[in-house]
Amino acid sequence: MTDIASKVPAALDARFRAAAAATGELDVAYDVLDDTPIGKLLVGVSERGLCRVHFDPDPEREIEDLARRFGPRVLRAPAALDDVRRELDEYFEGRRHAFDLPLDLRAAPEFHQRVLAELARVEYGHTTTYGALAARVGAPKAARAVGTVMNRNPVPIVLPCHRVVGASGSLTGYGGGLERKEWLLRLEGALL
Amino acid sequence: MAVASVPPFERFYEAHNGEVLAFLRRRAGRDRADDLFQETFLLALRAYGRLEHGEHLRAWVLTIAANTLVDAARRERPTVELALEPGGEDPRPAFEELAPLTDGLPPKERAAVVLRYGYSLGYDEIGAALDSSEDAARQAASAGVRRLRQEKDAQ
Repeated sequence: MTDIASKVPAALDARFRAAAAATGELDVAYDVLDDTPIGKLLVGVSERGLCRVHFDPDPEREIEDLARRFGPRVLRAPAALDDVRRELDEYFEGRRHAFDLPLDLRAAPEFHQRVLAELARVEYGHTTTYGALAARVGAPKAARAVGTVMNRNPVPIVLPCHRVVGASGSLTGYGGGLERKEWLLRLEGALL
Repeated sequence: MAVASVPPFERFYEAHNGEVLAFLRRRAGRDRADDLFQETFLLALRAYGRLEHGEHLRAWVLTIAANTLVDAARRERPTVELALEPGGEDPRPAFEELAPLTDGLPPKERAAVVLRYGYSLGYDEIGAALDSSEDAARQAASAGVRRLRQEKDAQ
């Protein structure tokens, strides 16, 4: 098929992706970070801010999902994620305790947004419980619903659902797997 | 009938970038093809949010690529000698000669001529790209060529 299609050289491909990111016309620019200490992460930003962090991504499915929620102009454009990559690196190295990234949570339902806003106030190295978080959004009996919100957190790590544990102190669950939750809490010194 | 929805741009880009590059290299040479490649997909990105369905995206992006060639040729060679020589070995004009000459044609005829003679698309594909039938595409292409010959004769 060489007569019909050329393999696009990596430099040309990278140049186009950078130019596309610079136009500001992408609904979501994403990248796959292959080598974080907790494995592969897909990260996505809209023009408003970080809209996706996903563990063990199946990029094909993630891209479809992003396009459904934010619009079809979804492109892998690493240049648009420089800030995200830098802040995550600093966090994984223990040098950053709070993220300064703008967030785009508009795809989340209203109740989720309220819970996520409270979650954002749980500080580095501390933990809280599902019930306590429920109480803080004025729905003290909604611990289970809060668990669902954590499970669907569009931007884990940056919004620290790993800091939410069961009332008994057990880790309970984590969208990225319990091993990662434990790793993150150890990094922050919240687990010994 | 279900109409194909617009795929994520990433998928569209990966599906067609190799073919667009090959097309541009054949028509414009390797060096200029790189710039036109980027121009083509940036134009496609700009228009992508307004697409209403995901049908015929290949013909659509090749039309955009063909238009970047036309525009580039116009920038570089504002006046071009017409090379529609009847009775030659190959009566089809070379794309480089054809492209800048089609500016004056009505849009549908221009697109049909460029896609047919510039890219050798089938009339069924051209019809699809123009949202019309195969017959209409054939008629548009032949009307366009007839008009070009008339303009040539009038000079």
